[in-house]
Amino acid sequence: MKVFDKMVMSRRSVVTLGLAGGAALSLAACGGSSTSAESSDAAATADSSEGATIEGIKAGLICLHDEQSTYDKNFIDAFKSACENLGIESEIKTNIPEGQECYDAACELVDDGCNIIFADSFGHEDFMISAAEENPEVQFCHATGVKAHTSNLPNFHNAFASIYEGRYLAGIAAGMKIKEMIEAGDIKENEAKMGYVGAYPYAEVKSGYTSFYLGAKSVVPSVTMDVTFTNSWYDETAEKEGANKLIDDKCVLISQHADSMGAPTACENANIPNVSYNGSTVAACPKTFIVSSRIDWAPYYEYAVGCVQNGEAIDVDWVGTLSTGSVLLTELNDAAAAKGTAEAIETAKSQLEDGTLHVFDTSTFTVKKKELTSYKADVDFDEKYEPDTEVISDGYFHESENRSAPYFDIDIDGITILGQKK
Amino acid sequence: MHITKRKEMPIGQAIAIRLGAIVVALVVCGVLTACLTGLNPVDVYAAMLKGAFGSPRKIWVLLQEIAILLCVSLALTPAFRMKFWNLGGEGQVLMGGLASAACMLLLGDKLPGPALIAVMFVTSLAAGAVWAFIPAMFKARWNTNETLFTLMMNYVATQIVAFYTIRWESPKGSGKIGVINQASHAGWLPQVGPSKYLLNILLVAILTVLVYVYLKYTKQGYEISVVGESVNTARYAGIKVERVILRTLLVSGAICGFAGFLLVGGTDHTITTTIAGGRGFTAVMVSWLAGFNPAVMVFGSFLLAFMDAGAGEISTAFMLNHSFGDILTGIILFFIIGCEFFVNYKVRFESKREVAEGV
Repeated sequence: MKVFDKMVMSRRSVVTLGLAGGAALSLAACGGSSTSAESSDAAATADSSEGATIEGIKAGLICLHDEQSTYDKNFIDAFKSACENLGIESEIKTNIPEGQECYDAACELVDDGCNIIFADSFGHEDFMISAAEENPEVQFCHATGVKAHTSNLPNFHNAFASIYEGRYLAGIAAGMKIKEMIEAGDIKENEAKMGYVGAYPYAEVKSGYTSFYLGAKSVVPSVTMDVTFTNSWYDETAEKEGANKLIDDKCVLISQHADSMGAPTACENANIPNVSYNGSTVAACPKTFIVSSRIDWAPYYEYAVGCVQNGEAIDVDWVGTLSTGSVLLTELNDAAAAKGTAEAIETAKSQLEDGTLHVFDTSTFTVKKKELTSYKADVDFDEKYEPDTEVISDGYFHESENRSAPYFDIDIDGITILGQKK
Repeated sequence: MHITKRKEMPIGQAIAIRLGAIVVALVVCGVLTACLTGLNPVDVYAAMLKGAFGSPRKIWVLLQEIAILLCVSLALTPAFRMKFWNLGGEGQVLMGGLASAACMLLLGDKLPGPALIAVMFVTSLAAGAVWAFIPAMFKARWNTNETLFTLMMNYVATQIVAFYTIRWESPKGSGKIGVINQASHAGWLPQVGPSKYLLNILLVAILTVLVYVYLKYTKQGYEISVVGESVNTARYAGIKVERVILRTLLVSGAICGFAGFLLVGGTDHTITTTIAGGRGFTAVMVSWLAGFNPAVMVFGSFLLAFMDAGAGEISTAFMLNHSFGDILTGIILFFIIGCEFFVNYKVRFESKREVAEGV
């Protein structure tokens, strides 16, 4: 069958070529003085115009906010640099809410000739799926989503990065700082409490703060952490107030997973060290910024566009890692970071990369005072939210292996969620 | 300088003043654009036009936006004609939308399609009506301030929607409901004709005619006008003012609920706290600018929807911040609203000599 298909294909392309040649000839004939050089020129342009449909790739990006949000800026910067590197056309739509507007924006990008469309916000997913169903010839890639592997759409894909590894490394920087505070006698060992401002009590956030905590714990075993949620991805006031509350509760170091400058600013004002996210906040927080983890989406954009160029299928779930250059740490701020942080991070990083260290190693944490040996996560999206996949084996929790978006949603000992009954 | 109230301006002159205001606004915007961004203002205006009319899809989206904004404006108008300042459109739309979403989620697999849509329709209208009825009741009974009351009801509605968003969120912890019944399409309004937005547009077109007739040719519409002119006159004429207030706000809220029904059942198929998108407030301007005339509101809705589409295109085409488009919209609206002053008042500049000569 396949061979037959190919034969038909090649026949068709012969026909196309013949037509192109004919068109070239007639064009040349219209020109009056039909020299052979001209006609071969015309044939060449006809050929390259066929090449141009492969070359003529246009990528679109849909963003929830604009550059004002650190989260969207991170996507926009990566998208621009990737498109520039690849030398392709691009179009960006900003301030697209998580509603029908996203579907409209995606379809407009299709109208504008995009062959591949990316979206950056979790709530865009369903509307991207609607657009993907209606435009099977265009590739739709949704970052942070969870439904690609169960949607059975060949042109809809999810992507994420193993940012939990980045957060773990950032956690080591936090641990080093706390260790320094203990050694200097600023705090006692039992006062080593960190604070974390999270957006939603969602697996992506839980996976993030747990890996951050485990990173710190690998340096200071007695460390604990309080977590507060703002129930918004971007709410500067709530994030600032959340951080202030944590500082009042004697947290000695703050980190966050929300997209405004609220928490870093609160830390700078209170002179409390901060481990940031999405990118460096050192310019606004020169005294307190230690380091920030972030996802660089450019490798994904280049990979996915490359697939379209070569006519290959894009991974249903793509996970960027430290080695693909998708998970990055910003430069350390020496004014705030403890001595030896860079070396400690470097050691852990190489261990993570060669597989000797796992972030969610079940021997490093307990749940209700017990070590976990088995856990079923809700990996496949369905209406029931029933756990469906065993994710612990070989002594560690396999994060982001069964789908790209994180699914570690376990409350572990040592982390207290504020406002939640125990 | 003398300012005097005009009696009645000839319609042609009034339209000329308004068109003039738009032209002046465009010139001011053009100068500002050139100064602030260095772009050619003509290109910017061309981009705005392209954003609104650039492709058949864009035109459909524009018409859909006009339809929903018009629907909310139509909803507010009966109350406004009565001088009941219903600023609660936002909340009433949200409650209507929430009712639709609740039906889709809870009854999606229990009822056949047409029955489900009928239930959504009825509950949405009822939810919107109740949300307007509460402040109306307080106004009718105890003469509370309806402006503040309806405004506050918006925030209550937003929080109720936020509560149910978390309750029905999918997946857990994400704070989003996502598209409801994406596989079964239960409770989705059917597609009519070439575009999935056509049905909404047709329904609002019919509604526009109905509201126009209701206000202009029915006894109830007349009662609304009398109460709006003077409560005492209405009482003297034997109109039960309290009843008219309650009845009119039920109508007003129900139409808002209908807008929520169209948004949730017709286009978005989800509910969020921002689904009304500020239309409850924008509609106040549309209704007012049109002098509470449903037919004229079509133009006001068009203007605002067009500018919004244009603003979005500017930010995409020139990589300008979306706020820049909003600034231009603000300037244009300022001139349009400002020109009403010149429609209603006459301004004369007189030199001293003219006054002395008694000109």
